[in-house]
Amino acid sequence: MPNRPPILQLEDVRYRWPGRTSFGLNVPMLSVSAGETVLLLGESGSGKSTLLSLICGTTLATSGRVCVGDHDIAQLSAGKRDQFRAEQIGLIFQQFNLLPFASVQDNILLPLEFAPKRRKCVFNSEVEATRLCRDLGLPEGVMTSRAGSLSVGQQQRVAAARALIGTPPLITADEPTSSLDAATQATFLELLFAQSRAHGTAILMVSHDARLSSQFDRVIHMADIALTERGTL
Amino acid sequence: MILRLALASLMARTLTVSMTILAISLSVALFLGVEKVRTGAKASFADTISGTDLIIGARSGSVQLLLYSVFRIGNATNNLTWESYQDIANRPEVDWIVPISLGDSHRQFRVMGTTPAFFERYKYRSGQSLVVQDGSIMSDVFDTVIGADVATTLGYEIGDPIVVAHGLASFSEHANQPFRVSGILEKTGTPVDRTVIVSLEAIEAIHVDWKSGAQIPGQVTTPDMIRQMALEPQAITAALVGVKSRLQVFRLQRSINEYPHEPLLAILPGVALQELWQIVGIAETALIGVSAMVVVTALIGMMATIFSSLNERRREMAIFRAMGARPRVILALLVLEAVVMAAVGAIFGLGLLYLGLVLGQPLIDSAFGIWLPIEPPTLREAWVLLGVVAAGAIVSMVPALRAYRMSLADGMMVRI
Repeated sequence: MPNRPPILQLEDVRYRWPGRTSFGLNVPMLSVSAGETVLLLGESGSGKSTLLSLICGTTLATSGRVCVGDHDIAQLSAGKRDQFRAEQIGLIFQQFNLLPFASVQDNILLPLEFAPKRRKCVFNSEVEATRLCRDLGLPEGVMTSRAGSLSVGQQQRVAAARALIGTPPLITADEPTSSLDAATQATFLELLFAQSRAHGTAILMVSHDARLSSQFDRVIHMADIALTERGTL
Repeated sequence: MILRLALASLMARTLTVSMTILAISLSVALFLGVEKVRTGAKASFADTISGTDLIIGARSGSVQLLLYSVFRIGNATNNLTWESYQDIANRPEVDWIVPISLGDSHRQFRVMGTTPAFFERYKYRSGQSLVVQDGSIMSDVFDTVIGADVATTLGYEIGDPIVVAHGLASFSEHANQPFRVSGILEKTGTPVDRTVIVSLEAIEAIHVDWKSGAQIPGQVTTPDMIRQMALEPQAITAALVGVKSRLQVFRLQRSINEYPHEPLLAILPGVALQELWQIVGIAETALIGVSAMVVVTALIGMMATIFSSLNERRREMAIFRAMGARPRVILALLVLEAVVMAAVGAIFGLGLLYLGLVLGQPLIDSAFGIWLPIEPPTLREAWVLLGVVAAGAIVSMVPALRAYRMSLADGMMVRI
């Protein structure tokens, strides 16, 4: 698959946590092709979440290039970057993904509010949201439920539906399965992959759990791609 | 949808949000209520006397003349001689003239001597006349008509005897000439309620045996003898005047003020009431100030509520950010939330005000004689409500800016 154009490319990225001179993250090279599923394994504290922030553009690298699609996100203004994120990246967190007071439907459609191009990809957003929910194995009639009333496993599926809607080219997920038990983990990933394959969405998942490796196209170890500088002082 | 989410977020915090709204609505109701009472009091005050073109008395200050002739506060420094009164009464411009003679009292109430024309000419609250609730106006020298407050305070009924005291708060009573209550007036909300009205002759009658403020020893004239006497007063305290044409008011006022035989003063009641209100008005400003502070306090309370909600809502904001919302959207969400709370509070406050008016209107009218009209909100009130909402928006900028900075720093990753 490496012959496909990269959807994500990091070159020589350096990041230093503010206020800490001796502690930084250094990623010489990381590339994810379109439609590829990549598992990024790393211990906690290895800078995985920071790397995700750099990719999403909520944190800017001190130096180097972070390209999503064919855009260097550092070149965009802060407002443009927020919109760019909404257009290009679907996000799934470890937990507490949803606005608990809002309906499942509103939660799923929320990113479309900030991403006009993604919204145009969806012919009828409510129908599409219902379809995604069905395909992700959520029960009928879940659309009008309060997101906070669902089980954790269901909430993660709603988060997946939210990341998938409007088919963004990249989904980044930060340990989305860590709050699920083993059986639910497997189904969750199967459903997620089925949807991403159907739409050609690349997935970059960050985890510390090596047991998930077999289901991904490629597994990268944080230690291989990044130099985490730890202060000796 | 963002609006729906903001409302849903508010609904999710029903308890704190409704407390905040309650505080705002109470403060708004208080502010508008004070405003209503103020304008009502001002109107009632200005309505104390109407239909009278000029008030004439001995030369003093216009406010002083108004105070003692209409409000029965303070005393006249001097009297107006009967000759001058007659002279003025005969002038061609004068349509009607009603003499007033003050100086005696009954318990804590002032006694006013006047002519039956007073009941016809004295008007209050834009032209309303005095109404005799019970009995009739005086037909005998020793008849009195009492105001509503006098009747209720002292428990008087028609036919009850009254002994008038000489002077004010005095122990020397005109015990030889007792009066009889012949009529009780309806409540007016004016100083008339607190007045014992007798005929002008009666004032002379009770002073037949008196000279220089003391009773002449041994001299006792019975009421029957008095009834036979010609009781023409030497002097009166003041007079209410109506002119034939309003155009003549100023000319008459000027000529009375320049009256050559006696130093007199003629005032326009409306102008003097204005002057007096400016003195009373300081309290009014203070009242507005205090109630405005209450509104400000409620809004600061709202600010505190938003502030304390920020921490528990970092997650919510991080989700918005992750979905591509700019920090500006976070700021707008919080301001919107405050505007919604302030607006709902303002509307509830208005509702509370009307509820209070419906319940309190008759009570306030009978207790204080202040009539609070129930009308649709005035432009001024609309501005007040709008101001509350705007102030809510401004106040919420403080926590909103903090949330803006927080969401910039947190990005999408929140560790609590």
